[in-house]
Amino acid sequence: MNEQTVSALIHRIKSNITQPLRLMEVCGTHTTAIGRCGIRSLLTPELELVSGPGCPVCVTSQYDLDQMIMLSRQPGVTIATFGDMLRVPGSETTLELEKAAGADVRAVYSPFEAVKMAQQEQDRQFVFLGVGFETTAPAIAMSVELARQYGLDNYSVFSCVKTMPAALHALLGGGKSSLHGLILPGHVSAVIGRKAQDFVASHYHLPAAVTGFELTDILTAVLALVEMATKDEAAVVNCYPSVVREEGNPQARALIEKVFAPSDANWRGLGLIEQSGLSLRRELTQFDARLRFPVTPQDTPENSACRCANVLLGEITPPDCALFGSKCNPLSPEGPCMVSSEGACAAYFRYERKKAVTL
Amino acid sequence: MSRVTLSHGDGGAFSAQLVQNLFLRYLWNPYLEHLSDATILPTPNRALAVTTDSFVVQPVFFPGGDIGKLSVCGTINDLTAGGARPMYLTAAFILEEGFLLSQLEQIVASMAQTAKECDVAVVAGDTKVVPRGQADGIYINTTGIGQVYRGLKLSPREIQPGDAIIVSGTLGDHGIAVLSEREGLAFETQVKSDCAPLSSLLSAVEDLFPAVRWLRDPTRGGAAASLNELAQAAGADIILQERHIPIRPQVKAASDMLGLDPLTLANEGKMLFVVQKDSAADLLNMLQAHPLGADAVIIGTVASGSGEVLMKTEAGGTRLVEMPAGIPVPRIC
Repeated sequence: MNEQTVSALIHRIKSNITQPLRLMEVCGTHTTAIGRCGIRSLLTPELELVSGPGCPVCVTSQYDLDQMIMLSRQPGVTIATFGDMLRVPGSETTLELEKAAGADVRAVYSPFEAVKMAQQEQDRQFVFLGVGFETTAPAIAMSVELARQYGLDNYSVFSCVKTMPAALHALLGGGKSSLHGLILPGHVSAVIGRKAQDFVASHYHLPAAVTGFELTDILTAVLALVEMATKDEAAVVNCYPSVVREEGNPQARALIEKVFAPSDANWRGLGLIEQSGLSLRRELTQFDARLRFPVTPQDTPENSACRCANVLLGEITPPDCALFGSKCNPLSPEGPCMVSSEGACAAYFRYERKKAVTL
Repeated sequence: MSRVTLSHGDGGAFSAQLVQNLFLRYLWNPYLEHLSDATILPTPNRALAVTTDSFVVQPVFFPGGDIGKLSVCGTINDLTAGGARPMYLTAAFILEEGFLLSQLEQIVASMAQTAKECDVAVVAGDTKVVPRGQADGIYINTTGIGQVYRGLKLSPREIQPGDAIIVSGTLGDHGIAVLSEREGLAFETQVKSDCAPLSSLLSAVEDLFPAVRWLRDPTRGGAAASLNELAQAAGADIILQERHIPIRPQVKAASDMLGLDPLTLANEGKMLFVVQKDSAADLLNMLQAHPLGADAVIIGTVASGSGEVLMKTEAGGTRLVEMPAGIPVPRIC
């Protein structure tokens, strides 16, 4: 990191601010990086950075979580999942607790590991929990392709894949947004391309900046947004040109399209959004865990005191939730935003719980 | 019904909760008051330190070591962190039916070599074999006894505002080495575990003992857990300087990729020191002159406060360094 670049960026951001501004980092990885680098403590109070709906664990609905937990209880079924999902609370329990009670739940680093396990243990059914956005979708799609090529009849995907543009439409569509700009995720954009997000400026007249996850990447995006917002200009700029192209990654997009089809999806905080999820295509139903193992949990209302939904919409910051830091903490999380390593509440608790840190 | 989960073994907040709410509720006595790596037992002549630890690492062979070397280093390092010169070890083995004898021999040879390097004798042992499927290959428990150095008074209560925090080398190497081997993650450069016995590192700084106030080898839970425990026990803040924290580039890259904080990753050959401000430079020089302390660096200071660990970030901002909670798991994206 170049210290001079950082302090020059901070100076330029501060000197460009002429009015209070609210910028949303849509992606959980940005939220975490902002906390870890102490960025808020470097900026002026007039510039508010709020978190958005871009943590895939956090936007997974409680109903989907309960389905995953019910799946883990099916005899002969092994659940393979990214580690983030283990401690997310469903209505009554978590996958971690189910594992301790005897369920076969295995944390994996990629869906390919799950395919490999399915190859090696053909007497068990392996269900990969496909939670993620466009970033993880190509790898999940590839795992289905591999399972098909290998002729495996014991591998399937429980798809909770969601698409980012749909979330942005839902977020901004209500017309009540008090935001002055969006920091858009570099990794999702690497797949879908900058152009696919032009609607943020053209349709909603909101400036947006696509960027990476290093400190200078984030500050560069903040500066671009501050400059546009103060001039009342709106464009979707690419602050991550080394990784993000206009059209994205055609191979990855083709792979997603080959395996998935758009479908309606339930988002925590945003509710049902039409065509915002990705389900397995009709010709691949044998790899669709939702169809192979239909489970219907009781539709339990979400914890009404937990305000993760408001956090995901940028309506409040985590400390505004009455449960934050008291009843809800990393040891006993009430909501997914406190569990996920990408979650806004976890990032605030981890890095910024102590108010007015001055060194 | 609540059950034990893997998080209860993470060395962070869940482990602490189990110890406080269950083990200490029934087993408390004055010897357990400080919950330090090793307990000091008064004897008529010279105080003894005792410690015990169980090793359940998977895989049992990893870059830079194996479970045998680890089981000796871990206990030697706990005695060292207790301010003692390791003298005797016991070793208890729980073996799973079917475990290869050739591998067991390799492991025991590795234990013997490490113990010999440190002039420590293995004076008692035990072997149990459980049916296939009831253990994961091999578990080893080692107990260590050592003689406490004269002139060394270690306690969180001893630390003062202005004291320096020194780490003997790079952080997170063991955590990434084991994780990448276990999960078959291929990183461009292989990271080796730092697994090493640190008793000679402490004896190398004997001249500065009155100035050394606290020691800890940051194993499970990493430096973040050790320093949070210290800050809470001392009722003081610890201020770390991110730019000075030594982390290998490949460990940083792997941690970034997996969404893990190197400060929460396990180490098996590093020691954290809190030393009186005026002696910090001398201690640093002595550590750097030792092969196991060549990368030693001052990473922070003690400040009056309420028991928080804070970090001045490379960018000049500030953030908390939280007590880890739950086993480190990689993120989704």
